Amino acid sequence: MPREGILIDAPLQRMTTEQTERIHQASLEILNDPGLVCFNQEAAETFGSHGADVTPVSPSDRPCWLVRIPERLVSQAIESAPKSVKLGARNPDNTLVLRGDESRVHFISGSETNIWLDVDFPAYVKKSDPSVEITVPEFHPRRGTVADLCKSAHVCEHLETLDGYIRTVNIQDKDITEDNKDVNKFFASLDNTTKHVMSGLTSLGQLDNVLNMARLIAGGEEELRENPIISFITCLVKSPLQFVDDTTQTFIEICRRGLPIVVSSSPQAGSTAPIKEAGILVQINAEVLAGITLSQLVNKGTPVIYGSVPVRARMDTLGDSYGAVETSQYNVDCAQLARFYGLPNYSTSGVCDTKTPGQQASIERLFSDILVTLSGPQYLHCAYGLLDCNSVFCLLQAVLDDAHFKMIKFFLRPPRIGESEIADIQKQIRDVAVTPQKLYISYVRKVMRSGELSEPYSFEGDGETDNVFALAYERMNELLAKPVQHIDQGTTSRIFQEIPGLLPRLNVYEKGRS
Amino acid sequence: MGEDIISALKENVIQGRKTKDDEGIDDDMAGKPAVLELTQQALDETIPVEDIISKGLTAGMEVVGEKFSSKEYFIPDMLASAEAVGAAMDILKPYLEDSNVEMKGKFAIATVKGDIHDIGKNIVAILLKGAGYEVYDLGIDVPTEKIVQYVKENNPDFLGLSALLTTTMVVMSEIIEGLKENGVRDKVRILIGGAAVSDEYAREIGADAYCVDGFGAVKVLEAFGQVKA
Repeated sequence: MPREGILIDAPLQRMTTEQTERIHQASLEILNDPGLVCFNQEAAETFGSHGADVTPVSPSDRPCWLVRIPERLVSQAIESAPKSVKLGARNPDNTLVLRGDESRVHFISGSETNIWLDVDFPAYVKKSDPSVEITVPEFHPRRGTVADLCKSAHVCEHLETLDGYIRTVNIQDKDITEDNKDVNKFFASLDNTTKHVMSGLTSLGQLDNVLNMARLIAGGEEELRENPIISFITCLVKSPLQFVDDTTQTFIEICRRGLPIVVSSSPQAGSTAPIKEAGILVQINAEVLAGITLSQLVNKGTPVIYGSVPVRARMDTLGDSYGAVETSQYNVDCAQLARFYGLPNYSTSGVCDTKTPGQQASIERLFSDILVTLSGPQYLHCAYGLLDCNSVFCLLQAVLDDAHFKMIKFFLRPPRIGESEIADIQKQIRDVAVTPQKLYISYVRKVMRSGELSEPYSFEGDGETDNVFALAYERMNELLAKPVQHIDQGTTSRIFQEIPGLLPRLNVYEKGRS
Repeated sequence: MGEDIISALKENVIQGRKTKDDEGIDDDMAGKPAVLELTQQALDETIPVEDIISKGLTAGMEVVGEKFSSKEYFIPDMLASAEAVGAAMDILKPYLEDSNVEMKGKFAIATVKGDIHDIGKNIVAILLKGAGYEVYDLGIDVPTEKIVQYVKENNPDFLGLSALLTTTMVVMSEIIEGLKENGVRDKVRILIGGAAVSDEYAREIGADAYCVDGFGAVKVLEAFGQVKA
């Protein structure tokens, strides 16, 4: 049985059907005029050989082509792209089935940050009354390492609401290079979680090593196709309307190999996309449709996911503002566009502008988490632990986010209003109405133990004390102390023998490690 | 046989089952004799009232208290058990005079004039009855004169006053003044509670204690050392 996620029966929609169709039409027109600038020769040739109008751009410091994609190619691609994408997992119970026609939301971590935020709780003494001592959480940023990635995957394995894993931290150890980063980040993730693992690829040269590793874990080529324990995300698009050379090549190679892939575009309204809602939607939709079209031209039937990460620019820095209200609007709209095409949607919520956990972080995260969840994207990169607009990861924050998602999932349970329920309730009301105390408390007890009542906030302090961070920290350490099901010793041994570049310290069966 | 009944009585207090129709917590309990039926059965079997209370009802409530402290039980569980024990005490009342069991005291409780809120008052009444107090509920929106008169005529050991509203809490002060004027203030210990009042307010108006909730009331009474006023 795949993971349940949470089914949204009536997804939140901001646009009318007519508005959605108008955006679609405008995107198609944009793909034809002005078209997109493609820096990858193979992609340009592929489009050209299927009837797109491809002309070299000159003068240009690098070879590039203007590609005008006709509506016919886009429509055929939408038609041939699978409407349901299966993302496998080491533990088959953690499989995700993303159906474009079903707004079943799965909550996913990620994405890659450079900074890992540690927390400790130093004690402070009150100046005016030295007998009073308090502890205050302090956050310390540092560069992420492969050990951090293992730790994050380990905790994410145990986060109840988290359905799939996108790596949370960029591994920047001294012995990590361009040539061994991919195998190490995939292995560190796969070895510490039995949930689905999605990642980008740093070096195309590592693709086959990563796939060989996945085959060894899944049990073979066919087994990997049946149970794709890994998938990829590629940012082949550089907004506005450009296909980057290297990531487009990576995208093409992954499509050839038939593994699930997200076509991701992340335009910034106000700088790399129009500031107005209609503008960023027309553009991002055109960019994603162009990627989907390429995927189907390269390998018809490639399991492709409509990846939308639209964001508004901050007016003070022109940086991304994931905390902006409009960012949630764009994401909700994109979920609606993906649904319009019947394709599974990768969406984004929960990323916040603030740099450390706290009130602003909670407000920004909950705001977008609730609204974007309600819009029903099948694969919601809801950024467990992410802070400072995708720059910082804090494991403590990830644990806090899990509590938020428990609340959101509980809220989204369907109401139980059936005939037998009504009859029971009417009897209860009649029975209580004639008692002197008129209290329903005695009826609560079975319900209380049936799981039908929401639990208090997970990190509620005693009395009026706010101990949220300290309690979440305790929880984080509890989760770290829980074992994870590593890849078995025999497979691990084969992986270390056959896959070059793996760091020996990642082998948990190495002497002194297990 | 007697031990079986007492043991079942204790277990049913823990389950919070007053009558055989109650579900309790464990599965398949409905239909089996509960606290009321078992108390009657114990009397029929001439089991000493002291044993029924101390080894059955009180022993059960002690376990409930422990489970509440360890957060295995919540207030609805505590109330269900207390209500079952209170109902059993009603059955046992006629037999108490002939036994060595002494009730913990008479507790009169009321929501003051102008205030009709009674959830808190009712919960306090259930918990205190379950804890072994004779509880006399005077109701809601009770006129000051009626409360003063009740105290004069019935000599309760404790008087509990409840007010939810800031507009009605001042009535508590009037009641205390009325008791003083009638010379009975020192014969009763006054506990106040409700959303509008506080420890500070209790001191201000000359009440004996403020109770944050029903459990607070039980604790306050225990702190009084169960000494009757």
